[in-house]
Amino acid sequence: MRLQAPVIVGAGPAGIRAAQVLVQAGLRPVVVDEAAKPGGQIYRQQPDGFTRTARQLYGFEHGKASALHETARRMIASGQIDYRPNTLVWDADARQLHVTCDGKHDSIPYERVILATGATDRVLPFAGWTLPGVYTLGGAQIALKYQGCAIGRQVALAGTGPLLYLVAYQYCKAGAHVSAVLDTSPFPTLRQGVQAFAADASLMAKGVYYMGWLRARGVPIRHGVAAFTAEGTNRVEAVRWRQDGDSAMQSLACDALACGFGLRSENQLASLLGCDFAFDQQDCSWQPLVQPGGQSSRANVYLAGDGMRIGGADMAELTGMQCAYSLLQDLDIHCDKKQVAQLARRIVRGRKTRQCIDHMFAPPAHWLDAAEDDLLICRCEEIRVGEVRQMLREDPHSGLNRMKALSRVGMGRCQGRMCVAGVSMLLAHEQNIALSSVERLRNQPPVKPIPIGGAACKP
Amino acid sequence: MAGLFTRLVDQQRKPCRFFINGTACSGRMGDTVMTALLTLNEHLRLTEFTSSPRAGFCLMGACQDCLVLQENGQRLRACSTLLQEDMRFVIPEQKR
Repeated sequence: MRLQAPVIVGAGPAGIRAAQVLVQAGLRPVVVDEAAKPGGQIYRQQPDGFTRTARQLYGFEHGKASALHETARRMIASGQIDYRPNTLVWDADARQLHVTCDGKHDSIPYERVILATGATDRVLPFAGWTLPGVYTLGGAQIALKYQGCAIGRQVALAGTGPLLYLVAYQYCKAGAHVSAVLDTSPFPTLRQGVQAFAADASLMAKGVYYMGWLRARGVPIRHGVAAFTAEGTNRVEAVRWRQDGDSAMQSLACDALACGFGLRSENQLASLLGCDFAFDQQDCSWQPLVQPGGQSSRANVYLAGDGMRIGGADMAELTGMQCAYSLLQDLDIHCDKKQVAQLARRIVRGRKTRQCIDHMFAPPAHWLDAAEDDLLICRCEEIRVGEVRQMLREDPHSGLNRMKALSRVGMGRCQGRMCVAGVSMLLAHEQNIALSSVERLRNQPPVKPIPIGGAACKP
Repeated sequence: MAGLFTRLVDQQRKPCRFFINGTACSGRMGDTVMTALLTLNEHLRLTEFTSSPRAGFCLMGACQDCLVLQENGQRLRACSTLLQEDMRFVIPEQKR
């Protein structure tokens, strides 16, 4: 029987490393990616015509970025992978992936598929978060990395997570004015810091370096920020914030605000493919169930990278390789057992590091407890907190999916990507239940808007 | 009108002409539609329900906040579309 080529969705660190393992075993995987060039978000490559070096673009990580790009380039140039850039997988069923490329629809049959779909920023709503000039931290980073632009002239950064400090550092280095870094997490305690250092000294050293670098340049850094808002009529004019324990808000002029509270997995395809999910306490979100080797609950669906579990770029490379080895083993193709075992050990170590990071930068659990009724919670459908509360008064036991049907929260173009964290928090608070008791927002195809054309229907 | 985005580095690229509401503008080859528009303009669209200005949010094709209308009636996602010569965009004016 002829073996059908495995399909990999995503050409970031996880997808590329998975492809490399399959290629080394003599397979020719199909690699489908939304972007024009491989690299994913973290190692996103600039368009043609830009001239910055890898060191300028990726800083400390430039070696890893270049190595990944080179691996991808070689596999593409030699035809070792069937590379499909600019291609969105918008639906998936048991036999095929439905894709669109340049407005044309197609389907890719598969027997085994690796989902390396990455992540986006986890965002929580705050007053003014839809104003022009407010961007996600990842978005602010892309403006700089991919376009050589800053999101404004005076940029404030708020929220929490390692990206907060990294983006502030990168903006300063590129010559942007960073007004302030407002971290909702309390200053990391010594105990946590020591634990994190023990887990991954070089990673923590980088974090300490960024913070020190920013302080040395006089960038105000505030820890334990309890609330912040963006002010302005037609664009951001100021950020207001208050620290834990303070009652008065402080104000700072700025013309852009980058915000984010860590990352959230892009796992819509895993959902459409019928993978089982469970609430992950560490990630504060629903995640596909995954076995230690990267196998999902579906026998032919494998998961890797941030789309499986938020772990960062290094973990994405490792888990990409790991799930590819699992796929090979399921095909009875020989793998180097020693290498597989070593990989598993490195991944376990990486998870420990991640635990420390997640603990230090947990999203603020009570962010929406005192939310004003007029706070916009769903950007797409422009639904306010008061409308959700009203709906819950009429239907007090509504779950998240019923709430979506009744209020349209999460039903808009982003398919809940930008509101699900906030809406889940709000629902948990209003119903006085644990966040883990809020059901998972179901996914519907198309996972992203696609043009309705002659061939839009599934063949 | 001042734009939102500031060009910082690597901006010595070939110019690329495009149009906002019929007026010729200049971006650079390699700009995304978003960069070209937001270095000159403060928003990309007005929302359907409240006509509020929006200027994108995630820059990675997830939030769909940066949909821009073209003269031919088609919408495109400005953050993930590279600017091409003579593209023509329609951006409604904000209420002031």
